Amino acid sequence: MNAGGAPSEARASLSLPERRPTAGTIVRGGVIAVLLAFVLAGLPPLLSVYWLDVLTAVAIYSVVALGLNLLVGRVGLVSLGQIAILALGAWVAARLDFATSLPFPIVLLATGVITAVLGVIVGLPALRVSGLYLALITLMLAGAITIVLNSTNFPNGGGGFLGHTESSFGSGGIRRPSIAVSDQAYYRYAVVLAALMFVLALLHVRSKPGRAWAAIRQSEPAALAAGVNVTLYKLWAFALAAFITGIAGGILGGSSGKLFVTQFTTQGSIILLAVVLMGGVFSLWGALAAGVLLQLLPALLNDWGAPPDLLTVIFGVGVLQVLVTAPEGLVVQVPRDLATLGRFLLRLGRRAASLLGGAQ
Amino acid sequence: MIAVEELTVRFGGVTPIDSMTVSFTDGTCGLIGPNGAGKTTFFNVLSGFVRPASGSITAFDRDLLSMADYRRARWGLRRTFQTEQAIEQLSVYENVAMIHEHSRTQRSSRRRAVLGALEFVGLAAGSDEKVGTLSARDRRLVEVARAVVGEPRLILLDEPAAGMPEEETLHLADVIRRIPENVGALTILVDHDMSLVSSCCTTTAVLDFGKLIALGPTSEVLRDEHVIRAYLGTEEVEAEA
Repeated sequence: MNAGGAPSEARASLSLPERRPTAGTIVRGGVIAVLLAFVLAGLPPLLSVYWLDVLTAVAIYSVVALGLNLLVGRVGLVSLGQIAILALGAWVAARLDFATSLPFPIVLLATGVITAVLGVIVGLPALRVSGLYLALITLMLAGAITIVLNSTNFPNGGGGFLGHTESSFGSGGIRRPSIAVSDQAYYRYAVVLAALMFVLALLHVRSKPGRAWAAIRQSEPAALAAGVNVTLYKLWAFALAAFITGIAGGILGGSSGKLFVTQFTTQGSIILLAVVLMGGVFSLWGALAAGVLLQLLPALLNDWGAPPDLLTVIFGVGVLQVLVTAPEGLVVQVPRDLATLGRFLLRLGRRAASLLGGAQ
Repeated sequence: MIAVEELTVRFGGVTPIDSMTVSFTDGTCGLIGPNGAGKTTFFNVLSGFVRPASGSITAFDRDLLSMADYRRARWGLRRTFQTEQAIEQLSVYENVAMIHEHSRTQRSSRRRAVLGALEFVGLAAGSDEKVGTLSARDRRLVEVARAVVGEPRLILLDEPAAGMPEEETLHLADVIRRIPENVGALTILVDHDMSLVSSCCTTTAVLDFGKLIALGPTSEVLRDEHVIRAYLGTEEVEAEA
């Protein structure tokens, strides 16, 4: 038996093809870089404060959606408690902000780590149950967290880490990082952090944890037989999802400077799942689509003067539509259907041209 | 070398394995028996999915039963499943690489080992293709490549040829025959295709109702009267008569 498990000596002289990035990867990277540059530099001067605020929220909720996208799409764990995790992140960040004078990035990092620990605790039931039962348990936990937030006048503007004032309504002012005090700068700050969270998720998906999660998602016995420590990797998934959701919570506090219980409803977690499914769980882009659906769409409807209840109807019909016709989600369905439409229009154009040519 | 002593498994009132004592020394060994004889249950005990009521299993001087299920792959246990379990979401390369990264072997050898394993099983499909898009035959071969990569000590093949056309079974038989020499692992093959078993296995064990009823050179075992009776079910008829 030769080293490395290659089944024969002849293998040693086998010339290995280099692993180089393909043309497709380079083009995709270029497109993403240009898009990101536009979103960071080109877009802000064109927008009013209102729309900047909306796009900051899109960036934040894309990250929240990313957490659930990873859990559902990669590991097959359905959590209905992600908005509660977001609330925990926002709470931890706000309290750290009130209690310390740590720089904002350190506050965010600490928030991410603390929320990850809390996320692991929320994820513990996933070691024994899955599917509908896990969804139900996480939903109950989300409800419990909401009740606690309500009864403690979340996040409460008192001083120190656990400072409490009965009178305060909502939180006191949460500071922004010194390099991103203006709305434009804070928007850029949020977008860069969101992009970093997507990179973090991508690095996981493309490496050992991503492969282990894919195995767990398909079959736990097969994953165990492949040497995957299922307990560890499930908790890791919950920790990662909670880490990035916690950071999103930290950015959320700074974006408006205030936090309210009403931002973190239990039903918000259910809508988040619907929107994440609509966006698509098998691609990380689906999380970005979910962020757009969750924050930009309501703002547009509001701008057009449509009734706010319409949103619930759109999400309901949307999730049904996606599950029935395109389980991969809108990020796959829309480009595919647009390509079909393009081909159809092209054929129509050619036919019209040939008809005109024949008439002459 | 794997030694099984007085192994008993109980599920409620059923005893799928009943004080089974057997040892497999080296090469490729067959494990046959009628449906419900306890073959897959035995594999599940080796994998750690089923806890036996009593008995011991010593594999290459290690007490296998005291090892956590997911650690057994690192130790060198591999298995394939009756319904093939290659990971659909991952590419062919990633499927084999993920076994390698949970094995005892060095990371630096991974690419060479994975491509070597794919060539060993004779997979024609590209290593970047998603397993979900492959044919049933190619998925089987990916699963076998997963079983041979990363210096395994013990490979369990659970009906690898189930549902395969004859030509593909012949190719698979050729791959399995080359395992002892090229991979160096002790291989246990469960299958109902007797031509596959007799062409791959030097020794064969026969289970019936959870009991070992024969063990020896494959050709002798397959001629054994008890074995033929167990397969045709005549023993029960005689008992009733």
